[in-house]
Amino acid sequence: MSLLLGGVSRAFGGVRAVDDASFSVADGEVHGLIGPNGAGKTTLLNLVSGLLRPTGGKIELDGRRIDGLPPNRVAALGVARTYQNIRLFGGLSAADNVVVGQHLRRNAPVWRRLLLLPSARNEERAAREAAEAGLARVGMRERALTRAFNLSYGEQRRVEIARALAAQPRLVLLDEPTAGMNPNEAAAVARLVREVANEGRAVLLIEHNVRLVMELCDRVTVLNFGKVIARGTPVEIGKDPAVIAAYLGESQ
Amino acid sequence: MADLLLAYQSLFAFVGINGLLALSVYTTLSCGQLSLANAGFMAIGAYTSALITLRASGVPFIAALAASALLPAIVAVPLGLPVLRLRGVFLAIATVGFGEVVRLFFVNWDYTNGAMGLVAIPQRTQLWTIALALALALFILGRLRGSRAGYALEAIREDETAARTMGIYTTGHKLAMLALGAALAGLAGGLEAHFTFMVAPGGYAFGRVVEMLVQAVVGGTAAFYGPVVGAAFLTLLPEILREAGARLGLAPGPFRLLLNGLILLAVILYLPNGLVSLPSRLRRRSRGVA
Repeated sequence: MSLLLGGVSRAFGGVRAVDDASFSVADGEVHGLIGPNGAGKTTLLNLVSGLLRPTGGKIELDGRRIDGLPPNRVAALGVARTYQNIRLFGGLSAADNVVVGQHLRRNAPVWRRLLLLPSARNEERAAREAAEAGLARVGMRERALTRAFNLSYGEQRRVEIARALAAQPRLVLLDEPTAGMNPNEAAAVARLVREVANEGRAVLLIEHNVRLVMELCDRVTVLNFGKVIARGTPVEIGKDPAVIAAYLGESQ
Repeated sequence: MADLLLAYQSLFAFVGINGLLALSVYTTLSCGQLSLANAGFMAIGAYTSALITLRASGVPFIAALAASALLPAIVAVPLGLPVLRLRGVFLAIATVGFGEVVRLFFVNWDYTNGAMGLVAIPQRTQLWTIALALALALFILGRLRGSRAGYALEAIREDETAARTMGIYTTGHKLAMLALGAALAGLAGGLEAHFTFMVAPGGYAFGRVVEMLVQAVVGGTAAFYGPVVGAAFLTLLPEILREAGARLGLAPGPFRLLLNGLILLAVILYLPNGLVSLPSRLRRRSRGVA
């Protein structure tokens, strides 16, 4: 069991953005997190990645409590993420963004570089090559030297995924990874996500594209007004009356 | 060449000292933090080394200089832990406050003659000492670029939140750069004290850190050597144009300020990435690309 949420809540003043949410994501699983706008999906991702502290409940990664840890410590335990509104390092090239993503993987103390040791240069070359390979995986190798803010929206999303994967995380949190992409690009991302899960990593995915969720996810959790209203396989979720009511309204 | 060095010895010395000071501001700017505590750090370094030289006979100059770099760096840690939580203009204000506290401390400290300061400090700083210190600073900052830590600093500058979720310990990196900047400013203070024979609190007022910042910005903070270019430019230009200023009936001091202001304005308007971006900009223009 990779990620476990037990009764997680987060209130902003009187608003309960996440309310007593419980579910789990296993290694090798693609877990969809869906729900109407404002349901608390991104807040939940922020809670898992340590950007927010829960006001109640617990979050465990491989049996270890991670709620309350700062984001860099959560990342060090093997959690990487992307952002709904893309947070690349705009002034850096695509390749450099991915090099930053390797931060936790690299053993490169600065004194080695200050002493001009060849081991430092070799390590840097390895980091750059790994970054290029990471970009190739998302089909962005030929754009490696382009600054992030000059990339198109879909390209930026792909670089952000490459940056997250560069940390070789146990758990990947993807916040609408296919938003703004055409169907071909979205299908390529879906294939990549499946591949990542097949490597044994857990994937928690927020996605609005219903067809993609149905095809890609092993299990789905549905949030509405911060509460989990349904859990199950995509087929079960598609038939669930509570889910249909949340998305389409009650039938007369 | 040797004659030229001798004739303009003090001018070149100030180019080097100002270069170190501009670099001290650049260190924190390189990770996106505008810290204006460096006049205070400079004062601590200057007083530390001057006191060692004057009151502890037999201590070698190099040890006094080491202390002038080390003590500000140590002071930077307890200062940085609370103030580096602040962002943008709030950090700037808090660190200006620190600089004023240091200055007022020395104004009121009888042991260092208060506002009069310490005088008759033996001249120990040579031109090569300054050149060596500057070269060392440039080497460290240059090697930092492209290293794992250097990438982390750039990431923090670009997006601190994203950097944290990449596993970067942002507080530690920012603190290390604040301490490095404090060490450079303190070292410059120690070098200057043993070059001009005196230290007094008035030399480390708010205007001094503004000068450092202006030099760094004019030179350009995208490249690690930019601040040194800016310091050299803004230190040399008023001297070169001194005659012209005198003919206009302006005293050197006000003339220098006027010139600094005009240059800063011109750079911000026409060369936002500083003087070091001039060659690439000219090349692009000659190729006809906007």
